[in-house]
Amino acid sequence: MAVCVAVIAKENYPLYIRSTPTENELKFHYMVHTSLDVVDEKVSAMGKALVDQRELYLGLLYPTEDYKVYGYVTNSKVKFVMVVDSSNTALRDNEIRSMFRKLHNSYTDVMCNPFYNPGDRIQSSGNLGISLSCRAFDTMVTSMMIQVC
Amino acid sequence: MADEALFLLLHNEMVSGVYKSAEQGEVENGRCITKLENMGFRVGQGLIERFTKDTARFKDELDIMKFICKDFWTTVFKKQIDNLRTNHQGIYVLQDNKFRLLTQMSAGKQYLEHASKYLAFTCGLIRGGLSNLGIKSIVTAEVSSMPACKFQVMIQKL
Repeated sequence: MAVCVAVIAKENYPLYIRSTPTENELKFHYMVHTSLDVVDEKVSAMGKALVDQRELYLGLLYPTEDYKVYGYVTNSKVKFVMVVDSSNTALRDNEIRSMFRKLHNSYTDVMCNPFYNPGDRIQSSGNLGISLSCRAFDTMVTSMMIQVC
Repeated sequence: MADEALFLLLHNEMVSGVYKSAEQGEVENGRCITKLENMGFRVGQGLIERFTKDTARFKDELDIMKFICKDFWTTVFKKQIDNLRTNHQGIYVLQDNKFRLLTQMSAGKQYLEHASKYLAFTCGLIRGGLSNLGIKSIVTAEVSSMPACKFQVMIQKL
């Protein structure tokens, strides 16, 4: 369902980015990069909002002809960006929200792994301790990308 | 509950472990506090990531400090901070009248000199938590009479 999933650090560099291998990878990198400005805009506008409107989920960032880009920012300012095929009308806001929640849960697990250095890329190579929880993260993203395709 | 006792025991062992390794020359003597503080920093980063997972976005710095005093403190130390004071210019003083990690020691001034090593981890915990929420700070602790202690948080403005 998702064609690209990215995790962006507090300082706006990518911690993790993955897209469907069949398509041009660079295109998605550009898309995610562009979306960061919209994320910033939404977050700063949200500061003044009421408590119940200050959600972590940001909703649709912007649509393009073929894709829709959704965003989510954690309290630690880590950004999750997801690109979805816009022909897939079955995807409701609620489903996207729950996908982001799953992503956040997995990210938290990686972050709480004592072998992980905060700020490092999430990749399942390297020492055994860290590769286990990164692999779990990877599997979760894979499941989000192939579901209901 | 059992997990409270476990945390206290683990923390005690951690402190004595670090100091023992200093005696054997593995860690430089003056570095023990720093080492404990760094351990706390990493734990704080991880904890705050988990604790803030289901909370709404924070409004400002004070909102974050309140979260640390209430939710964070309750989860880690089973009580809230008793008093939070600020000068609204980046200095916060968190006062705990019955700090858990010090309640095991006899009250009063007898062991005052040893108090600092039991506070280093917590200082790191606060600093790590704040840093993960995007606030750079310096945290120091001060004890004047045993189970009570004060943490001073100085926010580093960019």
